[in-house]
Amino acid sequence: MSDKLLELKGVHTHIAAYHILHGVDLSVPRGQLTMLLGRNGAGKTTTLRTIMGLWHASRGTVHFNGQDITAAETPHIASQGIAYVPENMGIFSDLTVKENMVLAARAASRADQIDSTRLQWIFSLFPAVEKFWNHPAGKLSGGQKQMLAVARAIVEPRQLLIVDEPSKGLAPAIINNMIDAFAQLKTTGTTILLVEQNISFAKRLGDHVAVMDDGRVVHAGSMQALADDEELQRSLLGLAI
Amino acid sequence: MKNLDFDWKPLALVPLLALLVLPLIGSPSTWVTLTVAGLAMGMIIFIIASGLTLVFGLMDVLNFGHGVFIALGAFVATTTMGVMSDWTGSPELWRNLVAVFPAMLVAMLVAGAVGLAFECFIVRPVYGQHLKQILITMGGMIIGEELIKVIWGPAQIPLPLPDGMRGSLYFGDAAVEKYRLMAVVVGLAVFGVLAWVLSRTKIGLLIRAGVQDREMVEALGYRIKRLFIGVFVVGSALAGLGGVMWGLYQQTVTPQMGAQVNVLIFIVIIIGGLGSTGGALIGALLVGLMANYTGFLAPKVALFSNIGLMVAILLWRPQGVYPVANR
Repeated sequence: MSDKLLELKGVHTHIAAYHILHGVDLSVPRGQLTMLLGRNGAGKTTTLRTIMGLWHASRGTVHFNGQDITAAETPHIASQGIAYVPENMGIFSDLTVKENMVLAARAASRADQIDSTRLQWIFSLFPAVEKFWNHPAGKLSGGQKQMLAVARAIVEPRQLLIVDEPSKGLAPAIINNMIDAFAQLKTTGTTILLVEQNISFAKRLGDHVAVMDDGRVVHAGSMQALADDEELQRSLLGLAI
Repeated sequence: MKNLDFDWKPLALVPLLALLVLPLIGSPSTWVTLTVAGLAMGMIIFIIASGLTLVFGLMDVLNFGHGVFIALGAFVATTTMGVMSDWTGSPELWRNLVAVFPAMLVAMLVAGAVGLAFECFIVRPVYGQHLKQILITMGGMIIGEELIKVIWGPAQIPLPLPDGMRGSLYFGDAAVEKYRLMAVVVGLAVFGVLAWVLSRTKIGLLIRAGVQDREMVEALGYRIKRLFIGVFVVGSALAGLGGVMWGLYQQTVTPQMGAQVNVLIFIVIIIGGLGSTGGALIGALLVGLMANYTGFLAPKVALFSNIGLMVAILLWRPQGVYPVANR
């Protein structure tokens, strides 16, 4: 079994007439947390959507767990064991928190069929999910919606969790809550790929890092090495952590 | 934050409209008759429109050919009920029901099967292309109408009510046609089943979620295209059922009846909010009541009354009475 759970090689993605990704090479090691950093418009979200099959690569390959998923449909990719939290969180506003969770639990038709031990663990990570269990998800605050989005993604064990900017627009207290939750998730051995612009968030959680610019990965290595090298941070991100 | 923040204002429109016209009509018995007729008409329109609104909500498909399933259902019923003429001609209600329910079932099966072919050959190639959807589904309806003419002939065909369903029940001075009461009961039953499926089953959950954000449903691992095909087939079958009921309501069927009802059902789903089943029910009841009230009070403006109603509703709520989130 390869130590790389996810591997992108030379991935190009076009959206209509626009060439967004220009040959992305990215490896996500099994059981670790990889941060995907980069400026706005660097291609981070497009990379995640290409992995999920929401946009298809025009060239290059995407392998998950050794299987080629480059041309696979999104439901097939998700059913291989990938959970995805998009930038807009993808919450179903007209459904209750409970219904959002039931929907994400593919093996369950009702809430009482969700693994209760796992559900209690999720409640301990995100108390708001339990507190607003029967409330319409559309009525939650931004932070509560983000918690629900991540809770929904982990309602069943998945091999890879992909999250697009989980700290975006959140208050510092909620961000700390998120960091604690991801830190706990790491201890379960779940492989995580996080897109972030919040550098301190990245520094506190990341094992590995890939930095994107202009549709390519321009740096890949350990998060600690990047955190220790201010010159490299400035050249890649335009600021020091 | 309340547990259930139900928006009751659109629901209140139905009794409000009924109460507002009471002084204009004057006679309470006439008002009762017109109101029941309006509710019956509304329920039939709801049965037809409920599938169409979900089809649009799930896949952004504008199906202007929905009317062909209405006509198909009605024509199939003329054949089925013709075969069972001994039963439909009986004065006993239970024998009539034994004839009508199989006719409805066969109409739903045929309309559902044709709906499956319609989705496969006509709708599927134009996913995501609204202009082409409008053109090709209208074309599909024209072809469907012509095929109906080939099978059943171009002339209108009578679809008389079975003897036991004719006549009226009297509540004081108010006469209420038996068939209209039956239409209300069938409409409520269909709404009840739909509401149960949508709120209590995983399939219903997927449909409601898919109407809001189909991409996210796929990212959770569900094949929404298969779900859409199922909804399209059920929607076509419901249109077939509505066609039988509409045909019995009018007591005659023509190949063009689907196109005529099409206008009403699009008004209904726009009033209701595209993709909203509850909205479609409110819209259908308002349209049914408005058509009957204006037909009695001002027949010359009856044709335009529902357009006026739609404009008024959209001025109040531009996305319809129950807009679907994220759309």
